[in-house]
Formats: sequence, C-alpha cells, structure tokens
Amino acid sequence: MNKVSRRRLITTGIAAVAGVSGLGAAAHIAQKYGLVPPDHGGIYGLGETLTYASERLLGRHSLAREFSRSQISKPPFPNEIEPPTDEFKRLQAGGFADWWLSVNGMVARPASFSLNQLKSYPSHTQITMLQCEEGWSYIAEWIGVPLSHVLDNVGVLPQARYVVYFSIEPDTWDSIDMADAFHPQTLLTYGMNGDELPVGHGGPLRLRLPRQLGYKNVKFITHLTVTDSLKGFGKGLGSAAPEGGYAWYAGI
Amino acid sequence: MPTGYGYVLPDENGWSRYLHFQSAWVVVFTGLLYTIFGFLTGHFRQNLLPGGADLSWRPLSRSIAHHLRFQPSNEAEAWSYNVLQRLAYLFVIFILFPLVIWTGLAMSPAFVAAFPATVNVLGGQQSARTLHFFVALALVLFLLVHIGMVWFAGFRSRMRAMITGRAAGPRPSMYRGCT
Repeated sequence: MNKVSRRRLITTGIAAVAGVSGLGAAAHIAQKYGLVPPDHGGIYGLGETLTYASERLLGRHSLAREFSRSQISKPPFPNEIEPPTDEFKRLQAGGFADWWLSVNGMVARPASFSLNQLKSYPSHTQITMLQCEEGWSYIAEWIGVPLSHVLDNVGVLPQARYVVYFSIEPDTWDSIDMADAFHPQTLLTYGMNGDELPVGHGGPLRLRLPRQLGYKNVKFITHLTVTDSLKGFGKGLGSAAPEGGYAWYAGI
Repeated sequence: MPTGYGYVLPDENGWSRYLHFQSAWVVVFTGLLYTIFGFLTGHFRQNLLPGGADLSWRPLSRSIAHHLRFQPSNEAEAWSYNVLQRLAYLFVIFILFPLVIWTGLAMSPAFVAAFPATVNVLGGQQSARTLHFFVALALVLFLLVHIGMVWFAGFRSRMRAMITGRAAGPRPSMYRGCT
C-alpha cells in the first residue's frame, strides 16, 4: 500500500466515522427535542420524520387560519360515520347527559368530567377549516373548551410527552404531542355553528385540531391518557391511523 | 366521501401519502443540490440561458418548424441544447418545480398556519390543490416529451452523452446552441 492511498483510506475512514456519528448525534438531538414521530420506522420513516421535524421547527406555536363568519361553508359536509354502537344509542337517547370524559395517566389528579361540566368551563370559539386527506374541506365555527384547560385541571406531570385520546367507537384512538395538546386552538368541541355539535360531525364531543387533517380530529371522545411513551398503545405507532396505513402526523 | 360514480376504489391513501411525502423530500433535496451547483458551476448561465439572438422570432420559429417536421438534430446539437430545449428546461427548473413544491405546501394545514401568505395569494387550499394537480400534469407531460425526444434523437447515444457528458463526433468550437 503506498502513502497516498493510505492517506486517502484514513481520511475516508475519518469522514465515514464523522458522518455516522453526526447522523447519530442528529438522531439523538431530534429525539430529545421531540422531533421524531412514533411511526419513524420502516421505509417511509425518514420522510415522515423530516416532515414532522420541519413542521415543529417552523411553527410550534403558529395559529391556524381563522375565517370570518361569512366564509362558513353551507351546508357543512359530514363524512360517513360507522353505525353507532348500542352504548352510543343509549347515551344519545338520554341527550348525552351521561357522557363522561375520563382523564388518567401521567397526571396529578385523574378525573372524569361530564359533558355539562366541560360546557361550564370558559368556552372558546374558532372559525377554522377542516381539511380531509381525501381532498374535501369545509369551514365551520367550532365551540368547545381548550384541551389545555382540562389538562391544567388534572395537572400534567413534567415528564409527559403525549396525550392519547380515545373514541367511544371501538379501535378508534389517536395521540398528539404536547405542542398540539397545549395549543390554544386545540379544542374539546361540543358546539358547531352556534348549535350543538351534530352526531355526524362527532357530537357530543370531538377533538378539534385545526393544524392537522380531519382524520386526526377524532369523533365521540370519552377518554384521555397522558403518557411519556406511546409504546404501550396498540402497536406503538401512536394511533390507530398508522396501523391502518396512515401517518401519525397529519399536518400535511 | 360520496362520489358521482358507482365504483369506489379501495382506500390506498395511507401508504400513497407516505410515498408522496417521502418523494417530495427527494425532490426538495436533489432540487436544492442541483440548483446550487447549477449556479456555482455556471451550468445555467452557460448551457441553459439562451443567447439573446436566439430569442428573436426568426431563429425561434425556425427551431419550432424544425421540431414540428421531426427533422433530426444536426451534429452540433449533440454537444449543446437548442433554444427550445433551453427554454423548456428553464421553465421546468425555475417555474414548474418551485410551483409544484409551493402549491403542495400550501395544502398543508400546519405549514399555512406558520406561513399564511403562501396559501392566501393562491386563493385558498382548494385552489392550491387544483394548481398542484395541473402543475404535476405539466411535469408528467414534460417527462413524456423529454423521453420521446431522447428516443427520437437516438436513445443510446443520447443516454451515453447524458451520463458521461461526452458525445460522439468533434465538439464544435464556437457553438452557441442555435440551429
């Protein structure tokens, strides 16, 4: 082996080690700052991580566009919903008076809230667009209590990183990071366009998340769990959505 | 979503969205590298910017007529691009690709929350969607015509020239890319 090729070998080696450790460090930092989505594995993981990390770096606190009252879509389009379960029908017959939202996990004071209790909290109204990945969208006025209000009420522990939310519909659940959970526009919605939230739009209680697509805005919410890891939920991909082939992060 | 037609395709939106955004990142990164090096090496200025004289009506119309008659390109063209090629490439690189990325991002609820102007100047998410669709269509059309022209100009020799940067025959000394 002559000198030049040895030198080249050493430089290449150093560059390779620097490159690999650079990537490792980047992955470590990204993990630390919550820039890695739970569905980061597999062949699409890299693109998914880049998308989620970029959106978080570009605007963790940015607000979704709000519209004027005259821009509200008429009539708002409700997507098809699964036929209601017997339990849902029973609650509906009682005017949802017995609808409860339970909150547990990494919180100081696990609690349950009736729909009326949620409605007694300071309400927030926003006119925002709901966009579906299928291509349609509509603008509506959403009325509800900010999720942050409920979370503050139960006292989220400092190590918590995600809020998992469950629907009364079987196998329907999803999760968001703390940036979205404490975002001022993230609402537990019970009203729409000055009225009750219709069942077709997720009434009596829907999580409204205007910076993410429709499928993240899960209908018929009954339960929240605050956690530092999504590993124990379903297949550990953060929601039922990736299990059905959909991305966990739906900001695009 | 109800459709106006009877048959509804099975839901393939999940993996196709993953693939779409992964590909979008490939486009963004290769596009950035290509654009940076295109400016640094003078590739855009030397090889793609048409000479002023080529942009007058007479050489332009001559080149268009030449193409419409499907006449084979002359030898000098093996070493450079003709004026129509240059205009088409510049249009794709500096208009269509930036536009397809922009209109795509303008559909992202999180991106437009951070940069509302990107969707407002387009007239809303649904206008961005329509534009995105037609720009993508234009890119596919370019690809088809591009491959067709490579085929027409001699597939093997053109592919060799693209990959190695060398064409058969002598390089013209004062060639300015006009036919």
